[in-house]
Amino acid sequence: MDEFTETTVQRHAPIEAREVKPRGPLDWMATNLGRILIALFVPIVTFLVLYWGFQFLRASQAPKGVIAIVAIVWGVGGVALLYVVANWLVEQLGDAWRSRLQPFVFVGPAIAILFWYLAFPTVRTFYLSLLDRNAQNFVGLANYQAVFTDRNMFIAFRNNVLLWIPFGALFTVVFGLLVAVLADRSRYERLAKSLIFMPMAISMVGAGVIWNMIYAVNPNIGMLNAIYTSLTGNQPVAWKAASEIAPWNNLFLIVVMIWLQTGFAMTIFSAAIKGIPTELMEAGRVDGANEVQIFFRIMLPYIRGTVITVTTTVIIFTLKIFDVVQVMTGGQFGTQVIATQFYRELFTNQNSGYGSAIAIVLLIAVLPVMVYNLKQFSEREAF
Amino acid sequence: MTAQAVSRKKHGVSWGQVFVNVTLILLVLIWTIPTIGLLISSFRTRFDIQTSGWWTVFPHRDWVTVEEFQPGPEVDRDGVMNLAGAQGTFEEFRAGITLPDGRRVLWIGNKRIGRVAVQERQWVMNTNFTLENYQEVLGGKTFEVKQPDGSTITVQGSDFSSAFINSLIVTLPATVIPILIAAFAAYGFAWMKFPGRRLLFTMVVALLVVPLQIALVPILKDYVRLNLNGTFLGIWLAHTGFGLPLATYLLFNYISSLPRDILESAFIDGASHFTIFTRLILPLSVPALASFAIFQFLWVWNDYLVALIFIGASPDSQVLTQRIAEMVGSRGNDWHLLTAGAFVSMLLPLIVFFSLQRFFVRGLLAGSVKG
Repeated sequence: MDEFTETTVQRHAPIEAREVKPRGPLDWMATNLGRILIALFVPIVTFLVLYWGFQFLRASQAPKGVIAIVAIVWGVGGVALLYVVANWLVEQLGDAWRSRLQPFVFVGPAIAILFWYLAFPTVRTFYLSLLDRNAQNFVGLANYQAVFTDRNMFIAFRNNVLLWIPFGALFTVVFGLLVAVLADRSRYERLAKSLIFMPMAISMVGAGVIWNMIYAVNPNIGMLNAIYTSLTGNQPVAWKAASEIAPWNNLFLIVVMIWLQTGFAMTIFSAAIKGIPTELMEAGRVDGANEVQIFFRIMLPYIRGTVITVTTTVIIFTLKIFDVVQVMTGGQFGTQVIATQFYRELFTNQNSGYGSAIAIVLLIAVLPVMVYNLKQFSEREAF
Repeated sequence: MTAQAVSRKKHGVSWGQVFVNVTLILLVLIWTIPTIGLLISSFRTRFDIQTSGWWTVFPHRDWVTVEEFQPGPEVDRDGVMNLAGAQGTFEEFRAGITLPDGRRVLWIGNKRIGRVAVQERQWVMNTNFTLENYQEVLGGKTFEVKQPDGSTITVQGSDFSSAFINSLIVTLPATVIPILIAAFAAYGFAWMKFPGRRLLFTMVVALLVVPLQIALVPILKDYVRLNLNGTFLGIWLAHTGFGLPLATYLLFNYISSLPRDILESAFIDGASHFTIFTRLILPLSVPALASFAIFQFLWVWNDYLVALIFIGASPDSQVLTQRIAEMVGSRGNDWHLLTAGAFVSMLLPLIVFFSLQRFFVRGLLAGSVKG
């Protein structure tokens, strides 16, 4: 591909090299003054239009619908306009400069935003994690020490690492595989997969409400208590808040994540299973293997890579789980996780140093996956 | 129908098929019942929700009062009473006395002025549905609600309709902007040569899994300084930043795999990069753009954390997820409102999801794994 881009640039370069060579400074001024003025004028007007739009949106008392339309047109149109103007400016330049600068018109905005929003904040957050709660004084590794000795953080780590990851990831993968394999053999494959997949469209906040209702104490509202009380005759239980079964009350929140993520696992597994050569499984059947053996001896080894990828993805997702816990228990009753503790320290307790240290711990936790991705990428020949 | 299914057919009726379908139906039921319960409850009155399960809208056997009367003052409420053919103390009547014919006699209310009901097991359905919950949740102004006893009370609406519009204002640009920026970048990485190309793309790959929590503190500081906090521009940019690594990566994979002959001939015809990009690459990339668009749309619409931090408490710009979370906190037992509100927030993503599922699945399979 490298080769190709090089040749094409060379190939089309002579075609567009029709610049009029300026003879003297005065001539140059005469031919280019207009251009320079336009080149200055266009970006200034663009900027003014966009700025005016921003001010309008911020201060406007216009009806909601008008604001919505202006905002959407301004936001989307503004970005498109910036590209058009920047590209136009670069195309006014000489050929050499154009081919030098144009890539940055294309790639530059993305890189700038990635730098501002993700790459640089990593460094800044690390720096903040070495400062105190108001980011005033240097405290060294004190925040990290606090993170690893605080009782609340200990519970959060326990919940995340010993409950959410093993139970959440395990059941998501198992149910995903189960549905994928079963649906592959059923006439109702499409319908079944659609319905299992549906929770992926539901927000975690919405899912929180749905499952809060299932777990409600009033057996007329909470389905689980309706079943439980009618089967056992016991009093209804506040499942999420039940301290007598702690830490297992976390499982009731983990169920929500399994419910949300199984569709994802199922979709990926389903595609992988369909990629297994039929001859392979037929050969197994001819040799007398039953379906269970075929699953464990042929299918599972064949889609091993996919299982690992899905598991990794679900683990990363689980590590950052926030909305479900925040909406369902607010991190009370011993259900706090790393991300809810992060929010709590940062916003409720206003401790930016401590909060930053938690964020860095999260980053370190996903580091192995990042390294793996980079390794895969560097082995790619195409780039 | 798959090859396995065909081969099974040949062997006649198989218990395997039955097992497969029964298990599948069971799983599908478990997966859908919670949502169905929410949907049904959102159409029931507050009183019904509190006093009977949503599942009672389906036909079921329940006690129905066939006769009710007020015991006269001559009945000795502290001794053994003979009422409607049943005999027992007040406590026994309170718990319900079953008659030989299957009916039961039940004391309702207190000892002095309570009533006695004769009930019968019947097939019933609880089909008293209402749209009032939605009116109350969507409306911003006060309006009147009829109580079960006939009186009316004035209620302040939850104004989810303005939160719905806010969600739209946030979501549409926060979906289109990253796609536009990522498409330009993907084209640049795929078909242009410039110094640092490999290094910069390595950065994109590295940022794929970075948790966004890492960015919240510094970006919030920047926003406070730039006065961007609580503005739509601020949250669009934040979603753009957090969605860009995946968008760039996915679109690069797609755009770099487009056949090179098409681009070569365009270059020979003297087209500039910009023309090729807008006239050729963008139309050709529609499937990939659509896949990512659905992803980003669902992600932004359903997002809670980013909105919580960058929109915060300013009620004019709060999005649906924030409103619902707030309602869970402040009115956690108002299930008639919570269910309706949650369903309002789920409506659009569900429509998008079911109508464009094909693209969504394609996006997932292309390795859509957001960091």
